[in-house]
Amino acid sequence: MEATIEVAGLRKRFGKILALDGMTFTVRPGQVTGFVGPNGAGKSTTMRVVLGLDAADEGSALVGGRPYRSLRNPLGRVGALLDAGALQPGRTGRDHLLWLAHSQGLTARRVDEVAELVGLGPAARRRAGGYSLGMRQRLGVAAALLGDPPVLILDEPFNGLDPEGIVWMRGLLRSLAAEGRAVLVSSHLMGELQDTAGHLVVVGRGRVVADTGVEDLIAAASGGRVEVRTTARPEAMAALATAGATVAATGRDTLVVSGPAAERVVALLTAEAVPFSGVAAHRATLEEAYMDLTRDAVEFRADEGAVAGREAAQ
Amino acid sequence: MSTGTGTPYRSSLRTGRDGFIHLLRAEWTKFRTVRGWVLALGAAVLVTVLLGVLLAAGSHTSCSKGPVEAPCPPLPTGPGGEAVEDKFYFVYRPLTGDGSITVRVTSMTGRIRLPDETPGVRNVVPGVVPWAKAGVIVKESGEQGSPYAAVMVTGEHGVRMQHNFTHDTAGRPGKVSGKSPRWLRLTRAGETLTGYESADGVNWAVVGTVRLARLPDTVRIGMFAASPGDLTVTRGGLGGLSAAVRFAEVTAVFDRVGLGGGVPGGAWNRQDVGVTTGFDGSPHHPGGFVESGGTFTVTGVGDVAPRADGSKIELPLTGTMTGLIVVIVVAVTSVTDEYRRGLIRTTLLASPRRGRALAAKAAVIGAVAFAAGLAAAGIVVPLGVRILRAGGNDVLPVAALTELRVIIGTAALFAATAVISLAFGALFRRGVAAVVTAVTVVVLPHILATTSVVPEGLSQWLLRVTPAAGFAVQQSIPEYPQVIGHYAPAAGYYPLAPWAGAAVLCGYAVLALGLAVLLLRRRDA
Repeated sequence: MEATIEVAGLRKRFGKILALDGMTFTVRPGQVTGFVGPNGAGKSTTMRVVLGLDAADEGSALVGGRPYRSLRNPLGRVGALLDAGALQPGRTGRDHLLWLAHSQGLTARRVDEVAELVGLGPAARRRAGGYSLGMRQRLGVAAALLGDPPVLILDEPFNGLDPEGIVWMRGLLRSLAAEGRAVLVSSHLMGELQDTAGHLVVVGRGRVVADTGVEDLIAAASGGRVEVRTTARPEAMAALATAGATVAATGRDTLVVSGPAAERVVALLTAEAVPFSGVAAHRATLEEAYMDLTRDAVEFRADEGAVAGREAAQ
Repeated sequence: MSTGTGTPYRSSLRTGRDGFIHLLRAEWTKFRTVRGWVLALGAAVLVTVLLGVLLAAGSHTSCSKGPVEAPCPPLPTGPGGEAVEDKFYFVYRPLTGDGSITVRVTSMTGRIRLPDETPGVRNVVPGVVPWAKAGVIVKESGEQGSPYAAVMVTGEHGVRMQHNFTHDTAGRPGKVSGKSPRWLRLTRAGETLTGYESADGVNWAVVGTVRLARLPDTVRIGMFAASPGDLTVTRGGLGGLSAAVRFAEVTAVFDRVGLGGGVPGGAWNRQDVGVTTGFDGSPHHPGGFVESGGTFTVTGVGDVAPRADGSKIELPLTGTMTGLIVVIVVAVTSVTDEYRRGLIRTTLLASPRRGRALAAKAAVIGAVAFAAGLAAAGIVVPLGVRILRAGGNDVLPVAALTELRVIIGTAALFAATAVISLAFGALFRRGVAAVVTAVTVVVLPHILATTSVVPEGLSQWLLRVTPAAGFAVQQSIPEYPQVIGHYAPAAGYYPLAPWAGAAVLCGYAVLALGLAVLLLRRRDA
């Protein structure tokens, strides 16, 4: 089976709300694909449709080329973490994994392996009702890894993790992808995916806003701008503006220059003998890039909400 | 950060397919790892057993011998092992080898005691109860419960041939009178007995032929009369029913008596079989016999029939309904808890084919409920019967297979109820709604029907068309058409045969489960 997730033209309506509006993207193996967007953008709904839990009104969602509902040993094909809180509180973590293992013909030995892998330790034999959110996330990841699947779908796995846990989760996701798995990770906080995701599917209002590599996205958000550090700000601004660049002061001794490349900026400043302590390509953070992309989507939502509110009031 | 595709991931795990057997194992693991459910099921067994034992231990019966209490004599049992009534007036001669008896019955009259109109004054009126019987009989001995075959006229059911208490064959209908007498004949050839009837003593019709296994060479042959008591059922104040049986006797007149075969000459013997004696040793409601010039007048009280009153082996199963309510709660919770916690999604991820997922759940909850029911009934029926008998109570004996059916049937009742409850849980996805519905359709109709708070006709229908029909599996003593009794749900008689009742319940279980599967497939999880 090819380790891919192919989502094409998904549409789904819950009453008046259009939850998915032509959602289309593909998740490839060998990298972590971040699935990001504001709350309510349709991330969880898309995941539920991919996993055969919800039915889409239109479109198709395939895992390794097949609909989830047709998979025969599903946990060996796709591992999923949807809601870490979905546990019977009276059952121990190990027993939770055990019944899942039994459902796929797996043994208790595999249960102990994954419990070890996610660092559940002795807590595995305690009742899940007493678990912290972080523990539940680890148990949920263990459940997803139980069948050693080539495709992983994790909904907000960073939720509730402490800083140490976040570092651990990032490392785990990267290593799972490095083994050649397709890993789809949703998050509403872009920062969580920094240094983890190689590819991003950014969604808003039920459809894909951007489907791009992380490097490309940051480069686009950076917009080819150059940051200059100088103690002679006015002189530098004058010199660059004369050469036709757009210049903006961003601090007492920093400027951001749009237009010329870094080499050209260095040449211009050197020619006018303006002192400077640094010239660097301005690099936007993933967070900034994401905010740029989703700003419109968020605003639209706010408008829609207002209209709906008025309608309800009448 | 890797960006390329590289080699796709190959798992080193050997995973099986999602075979149904795996799903069953997973559901069993799910069930047994929640301690609350296991304990609750244990409690269902315990409460069923305890209520039964409590009821049995609270029942005591004793008989009096004069002013002193004494243990009651054991119930006579027939050749089939069942408890029997064997009380009649017997006028007989010994018969060795083959032979026959022929009589003409010219009159059948009787007396019935009705409820007193003036307190303290017996209100006895002339009359014959429907199943009063008089005729000719061949019986192994004078022992109560010994094998017999008889041809008889009855109060309202025409000519019958009956043998060994539970068997009854109809002959010609109609009442006996001087204008319309009945000729009856019974012949014995080895173990085979044949009954005949005739209106004129010339043209004879066979009523039936029966075989009495291991009938000894010498038996008794003669005339008999017996009349069961008159049954009145009255509605009490709170809708309850009370049944009362009052004294009735029958007097039959025989003439043209003819004996054939190995009957020695001499006088007729008489025996008031099974007559009870009062304080002073004199018989209570004795029968009688007068012979005058070839005319025999025989008066008898009692019945020759299977016995319907006495405790039944299912009496200790009184806690079944309470046990079932606990089972309902466990079965509903086992599925609604998954909805409440969102765990149903995990279940459906592991088994995306939803019909199979729910079927596996139903199979497991059904199996554990069956085990609980088997344990409860398997303990409380033998134990309760033993306690009842120790308390001096008559418990109507039944065949081992019948007892087994009552026990296994109760287990099936638990199982089917669990499956219905699980289906309701999946349909409603809310615990309280599902529990209330399950109790309403399974337990409530049974309570209404057996406590006679609703009219008897409605009770009968409730136990035919609702899942409560399944309680019929617990009935150990069948309804005998040849015995008048208060065959009402309140008295433990169900309108459907045991397995028919079970089939109704199972039908509902299948229906509910099918509906639940249909909705589970359609709905988003």
